Amino acid sequence: MVVCACNPSALEAEAGGSLQIQSQPGPHDDGAGVRGSHVDRQLLVHTMEELERTEVVLLACGSFNPITNMHLRLFELARDHMNSTGKYRVVKGIISPVGDAYKKKGLIPAHHRVTMAELATKTSGWVEVDPWESLQKEWVETVKVLRHHQERLEAGSCHQWQNSPEQEKPSRKRKWAEPRQNSTQKKPLQPNTKAAPQVKLLCGADLLESFGVPNLWKSEDIARILADYGLVCVTRAGSDAQKFIYESDVLWRHRHDIHLVNEWVTNDISSTKIRRALRRGQSIRYLVPDPVQEYIQEHGIYSAESEDRNLGVVLAPLQRNIEEDAS
Amino acid sequence: MKNRIPVVLLACGSFNPITNMHLRLFEVARDHLHKTGMYQVVEGIISPVNDNYGKKDLVPSHHRVAMVRLALQTSDWIRVDSWESEQVQWMETVKVLRHHQSQLLRSATRMEGLDPDKPPSDLTAAPELKLLCGADILKTFQTPNLWKDSHIQEIVEKFGLVCVSRAGHDPQGYILGSPILSKYRHNIHLAREPVPNEISATYVRRALSQGQSVKYLLPDAVIGYIKDHGLYMTDSSQKGRSTQRNKGKTS
Repeated sequence: MVVCACNPSALEAEAGGSLQIQSQPGPHDDGAGVRGSHVDRQLLVHTMEELERTEVVLLACGSFNPITNMHLRLFELARDHMNSTGKYRVVKGIISPVGDAYKKKGLIPAHHRVTMAELATKTSGWVEVDPWESLQKEWVETVKVLRHHQERLEAGSCHQWQNSPEQEKPSRKRKWAEPRQNSTQKKPLQPNTKAAPQVKLLCGADLLESFGVPNLWKSEDIARILADYGLVCVTRAGSDAQKFIYESDVLWRHRHDIHLVNEWVTNDISSTKIRRALRRGQSIRYLVPDPVQEYIQEHGIYSAESEDRNLGVVLAPLQRNIEEDAS
Repeated sequence: MKNRIPVVLLACGSFNPITNMHLRLFEVARDHLHKTGMYQVVEGIISPVNDNYGKKDLVPSHHRVAMVRLALQTSDWIRVDSWESEQVQWMETVKVLRHHQSQLLRSATRMEGLDPDKPPSDLTAAPELKLLCGADILKTFQTPNLWKDSHIQEIVEKFGLVCVSRAGHDPQGYILGSPILSKYRHNIHLAREPVPNEISATYVRRALSQGQSVKYLLPDAVIGYIKDHGLYMTDSSQKGRSTQRNKGKTS
């Protein structure tokens, strides 16, 4: 069955015992982290249940042209959902803006898009930006980006892995090339050999449905993404997504690897609409984080001209897949 | 910007809590009025409702005012006003409008008084005060006994309405269906939100009570305040009870 959080009270039921331990939230608790309790025995049981959970890293690929509050909400909704199943613990979120070689119409230079995403995630304790994909000369298929990040996590887990319930983002900017170091003082709760977290692809329903666009995805890539990694898909129309999965053989085969998360608050803050509003001199405040809005204003990066970038150019995946089919 | 009519936008409501959607109303309304070429929006005011309004789950007004203040820290044109919330009892929206209008008149005459040699200009003339709301409020004018007819008339005749569209509402239809609204149609400005955004405070309260994240739905500073003060930890909205008195205010 497709895992679907269609009923908010079902979320609570699924949460089970380990999430019912509540204490007064402190100023640093942003709402979905593990809460401690005062009783040692409860803490031990709590910890044991935590250890049985699979750690997950949510990876979002996309243009982020520009990043919006909707993108950021995807992470929050997905984390809440995965954590509440009792089977997973989301330890990190990664935003991976696509490279310029993707050739999408209106795509502005990657360094702007990466910077805006970094500004947007400054106040997040667990979501960060990774520029690796954007720095590659050629466009990189999504499955390869997933593979890159999974391999990195596995390399990092050979060192002492984090033992905190959630990965705290260090405040200093860190070069992503270094394996993650435990910068916080946390008492180790278990031996060093811990499995690396699982990377899952975070997306909206539009990505799920894009699997149906001819030549946009290689079918073996779709299967690999689902089988080796898994999808966390945030959607407002849960039944449409379920229908789409039902009607696709490859999605149906991997339905257990697709987690559908319901978005109750219709949140249509699409980047396309943001760019349109900007061209028309309309305000985008409160649709994107303030620092992003200020950056856009300061640099004047979106205009009628910028919207015409790559006009008439074939999208890189279409180009590549058609060429490979021809050869 | 010659000879534009200065306008102040006033939003009344529970703001329980304030969300990015509320803040968007101001931005969309200002853009809309500026595009007509006739107006210059000089200020926005958020006036949280009095505790005695009696709406379910309404947290004490000092919290709601504090949260609005935090949300507006980064705005250079919108401010919070606690006058309505500090009155002894709940008061009708038209009375809040009258209060703020007289305040604006007073400061306009004060400013002109400061420099008698300066001829009165558009900028020192008292701005027009308009009620800012979502399209759902326009619909509540139809609810029997919720608004006095004379008040509706005064609001649209003496002040004016700026109404921001919301999914599932047909503001044109509400206007056409009401003789008073139709008569003062020219004083009702319908602004379209170009980027649909249905963040409701009801949803936010429920999410908070269930320990779910509300980040990016409201300003971080407001979320921090909510956590620090343990607000919205319980939520009875799922029981679905509401009285007629509770309708008519934006959540």
